[in-house]
Amino acid sequence: MYEDKPPRKFHPVYLILLIPYAAWVWVPFYNRIEPTLFGIPFFYWYQIFGIFLTAACIAPVYFYQEGRGK
Amino acid sequence: MSVTVAVFLALFVFVALLGLFGSRWRAGDLSQLHEWGLGGRSFGTLITWFLLGGDLYTAYTFIAVPALMFGAGAGGFFAVPYAALMYPLLFMAFPKLWSVAHRHGYITAADFVRGRFGHRGLALAIAVTGMVAVLPYIALQLVGMQVVIAALGLDWAVHVPLLGNVSVPLLAAFTVLAAFTYTSGLRGTALIAVVKDILVYITVLAAIIIIPAQLGGYGKVFEAVPPSQLLLPPAPEGSLGAGFAYATLALGSLLALFLYPHSVTGLLSSSSRHVIRRNAIVLPAYSVALALIALLGYMALAAGVKGMPEYEAGFKSFGNNFAVPALFLHMFPHWFAGVAFAAIAIGALMPASIMAIACGNLFTRNVYKDFINPNCSPQAEARMAKIIAFAAKLGALFFVLEMQTAYAIQLQLLGGIWICQTVPAVLLGLYVRLDPRALLAGWAAGVGLGTWMVWTLEFKSSTYPLHIFGLTVPCYAAVSALLVNLAVSWLLTVILRATVGTPVRDETAAADYV
Repeated sequence: MYEDKPPRKFHPVYLILLIPYAAWVWVPFYNRIEPTLFGIPFFYWYQIFGIFLTAACIAPVYFYQEGRGK
Repeated sequence: MSVTVAVFLALFVFVALLGLFGSRWRAGDLSQLHEWGLGGRSFGTLITWFLLGGDLYTAYTFIAVPALMFGAGAGGFFAVPYAALMYPLLFMAFPKLWSVAHRHGYITAADFVRGRFGHRGLALAIAVTGMVAVLPYIALQLVGMQVVIAALGLDWAVHVPLLGNVSVPLLAAFTVLAAFTYTSGLRGTALIAVVKDILVYITVLAAIIIIPAQLGGYGKVFEAVPPSQLLLPPAPEGSLGAGFAYATLALGSLLALFLYPHSVTGLLSSSSRHVIRRNAIVLPAYSVALALIALLGYMALAAGVKGMPEYEAGFKSFGNNFAVPALFLHMFPHWFAGVAFAAIAIGALMPASIMAIACGNLFTRNVYKDFINPNCSPQAEARMAKIIAFAAKLGALFFVLEMQTAYAIQLQLLGGIWICQTVPAVLLGLYVRLDPRALLAGWAAGVGLGTWMVWTLEFKSSTYPLHIFGLTVPCYAAVSALLVNLAVSWLLTVILRATVGTPVRDETAAADYV
């Protein structure tokens, strides 16, 4: 039975995965035009950068897990 | 025959041959269900990247998201947080599903639910939800195909008794789809995915360079968007406003996406859990492409294609879904428009194939084998899946020909809400084991409530305004229904455990998930 699992140690590296969610949760923060980038309003370029941020946040957790041979 | 059509046809025929001969690629015994329906669980990081990318970002997405931006503006950009934030979830949860499925030979999410909870009824509910949600999705891929066929000007129809006028190019595309799915299974689909995704990336790159250059830069593109559409409208007094709807739409969609049958099929076909974890890092490349494609909607506004007489018929038939094809016709050289249209058409063919395969897997495993013929041979299992996959596509074709497209869109809207109601059993089931009877009740409550909310909105929207202590909370119906679903599942589990007790029939062990 899966419920009687051994106590797992939590490593703080997993907290990095919360960063992208934090970046998007408060919509009024990025629902604005200024500052623009190459004429692109903030609302759009912020969120496109958010995609790169998301991938960058997963990478350290991946390497941590690989290092532990999971 | 124009250059556009010639380039399009050449690419299409190439892909059809690739799909048909795909069965010889890493050949396996295709009379086994996991060989036909999961490609032998053999795909490495690169093929899985192409396969999942092609699977999750469908032709309909590539037409509908910019159409939403074209018509409604900033709200349509919710696809971007959705397509980014689904990856940390994929990274953490779905390697567990892969491991347990690998250990026990599960092919569908409902297989896992049956093993984990020992309850055929709950597994059936999960399987039926998946099949019902994915059918309109297949139909919408064929709609995407119709848009391309119309843009190419291939309006050649024959009269078929009972069906009425049937477009010959659509019928041809359907035949290709059915033939390669039947003969090659997921192997053919994976090969086609490689070609499809390369064409999509080429098209996107060309579009974001060539089109803004002709329109005078990105600044000009955004200037053409009406100011009221450029941002989400500010929240009125006493309401959380469009921003909350935006966030919950992204949340509900990202929770549901990997529970769709075609996503599960794509994930389980990978060769190890490491492949899934690596893909969580590299798949966001498609999300960047999606964000850029979304902006094509604004480029179509800036180019003013809607007012042009040559595209009037297209907009009349397909509404804003014609915005991107019209933009390509207007902006690209003729031969390159052919490449772009091939990308969309193949991008419809390939996910439709996985969706049909996923449907076949679900019906065979969780309806046919569980309820009709428990002792069927592996060969009979694979044969049944191929037949059902064909029937699913035929159903989708019939739907597209005989019903209004609006019904397919409404059903797909509902499908997303329904799939979200499988979160407690499948996604949460990877971590905690609630009582299966409680989960079934929660599922029924969530599906019922979600359907009712969209019904009262007359299928025009999936954002139902809740009124909580005088505050208006516009929330994606999938999310509010899921909260009720979770509450019912949890409360009933507590009650059942305290009263009648819950027998535990779990064939999985903790070690199976790592």
